[in-house]
Amino acid sequence: MQLRNKSRFGLSRAQLSLPYGLFLVCFVLAPLFVIIYYAFTNGEGKVTLDNLLGFLENPKTTGTLLYSLGIAVVTTSVCLLLAYPIAYILARTKYRHKSVVLMLFIMPMWINFTLRITALKEILTIIEGNLSFHPFLNTVIGMTYDFLPFMILPIYTTLLKLDKSLLEASSDLGADALQTFLKVTLPLSVPGIISGIFMVFLPSMTNYVVLDMLYNSTYIMGSLIGAYFAAYDWHGGSMISLVLLMIILVFTLFTNRYADEDAGNGRGGGVVSR
Amino acid sequence: MKKTISAAFLCVILLALYLPIFVLALYSFTDSANIGAIHGFSAQNYVTLFTKPELRDMITGTILLALGSAVLSTVLGTLGAVGVHYSKRFGKTFVGAVNQVPVVNAEVVTAFSLCILLIEVCSVDKSSFLPLLIGHVVLQSPFVYLSVVPKLKQMDNSLYEAALDLGASSQTAIRSVLIQQIFPGIVSGFALEVTLSLDDYFITSYTKPATFDTISTYVVNATKGSQTDIKTALWALSTIIFLVVIALVAVMNFTGNRNARRTMEIEKKNA
Repeated sequence: MQLRNKSRFGLSRAQLSLPYGLFLVCFVLAPLFVIIYYAFTNGEGKVTLDNLLGFLENPKTTGTLLYSLGIAVVTTSVCLLLAYPIAYILARTKYRHKSVVLMLFIMPMWINFTLRITALKEILTIIEGNLSFHPFLNTVIGMTYDFLPFMILPIYTTLLKLDKSLLEASSDLGADALQTFLKVTLPLSVPGIISGIFMVFLPSMTNYVVLDMLYNSTYIMGSLIGAYFAAYDWHGGSMISLVLLMIILVFTLFTNRYADEDAGNGRGGGVVSR
Repeated sequence: MKKTISAAFLCVILLALYLPIFVLALYSFTDSANIGAIHGFSAQNYVTLFTKPELRDMITGTILLALGSAVLSTVLGTLGAVGVHYSKRFGKTFVGAVNQVPVVNAEVVTAFSLCILLIEVCSVDKSSFLPLLIGHVVLQSPFVYLSVVPKLKQMDNSLYEAALDLGASSQTAIRSVLIQQIFPGIVSGFALEVTLSLDDYFITSYTKPATFDTISTYVVNATKGSQTDIKTALWALSTIIFLVVIALVAVMNFTGNRNARRTMEIEKKNA
């Protein structure tokens, strides 16, 4: 048995993972530690809390944090309110060409997002005129347009897997359609909703390119990193990154128990679900 | 009635998703520089797109980067997934957890952290393309790992053992039995990686050489610029990409249906 697991080079099968493990340590873990180090040191390499205080005391940075949280909450809600019915209809109804209809909702994911935002900008400009008059509204529209498919896919996948006999049982036991939905379908689709939120919330806090392209403004969290990057201020930028990482960490800890491996990545689903 | 309402709802959303793309496609065939007034038919945008050197370089650069980094990350991620499948518990938990970091992390944070490590700490030269390539592999390989792992779990382990019992060397067994079984996962992982790379803005803009552009970084700069011939040539690019995606989806659907039919026939025969 021991012999079997060795290949010609004397490597066991488990050791095949060494290059990838090493790669992850060097280029995923190490950068995180570098960020933590830079966030709590200054230019002379001294340990300091100045970056943290600078973040907390500057009304511009805290204001941006609150604004982007607002953008993210509204965008995620809008996406969820649109995506859930779409996913529900697609999972439940028997259309003749259902796979084609599903594809139509997923396809925008495969077209470069900057080109799609260019297209959206042209249309919005015809309707509204100057886009910078309604920055919040246009940001939400842009983000929703960009991220909607990422919300539809995980919810659709969970709804599709849902055990139909549970729904029959529910109606046999006397629940009406609404009760069945609220007590059976909705709770069971929570994993899909959570991974959908994962796919939309953070990008809409950080994807400053969308608003930059729509009306030349970059007033969200991600753009702070961009500004520090442009000014070569690694320490300030690291602090912002750390704040964002903390938000992800808290979010992950809260949602971990709902985690669903299969719906785990909305991005992957597009190709993997087939 | 209910069915009509839900169909109408789907149609409205689809219209909202596709209207901008259609309008842009329509105007890409005209000589107007702004949406709103149609003057006349013209294929000038398509000519510009394929003849202007900077546009041509940008498109080939994007495609080469996407394919190159996708091949690299597919090899790396697949080896990782296979190795981890046979690892002890610690290896599984460790790689599984770290693999998740780039997936959930904000792209701009991934990009910024990589940029500090490579350019500030290790002083790697951006113009060597190395940071760009590493960045794209970081972005993509976790997804191939994620699409191969489920296939490994479904795989029938006894087939590999059988191959060894029948005298195959472990290399042959890995190549013709193991890889064979997880191949669909590898292919879909690869396809996903290519689309991720094509779509990426942040990793690219933080790690690329100053003179190199991908579609994303080029478009973002072009929308701020004032060159209208480039702006309208990008409408043509958007239209071409849209058509390519439609063609790919059609091909995938066709072959997918054929495979499904074939499996059904086989199942019928066996029954």
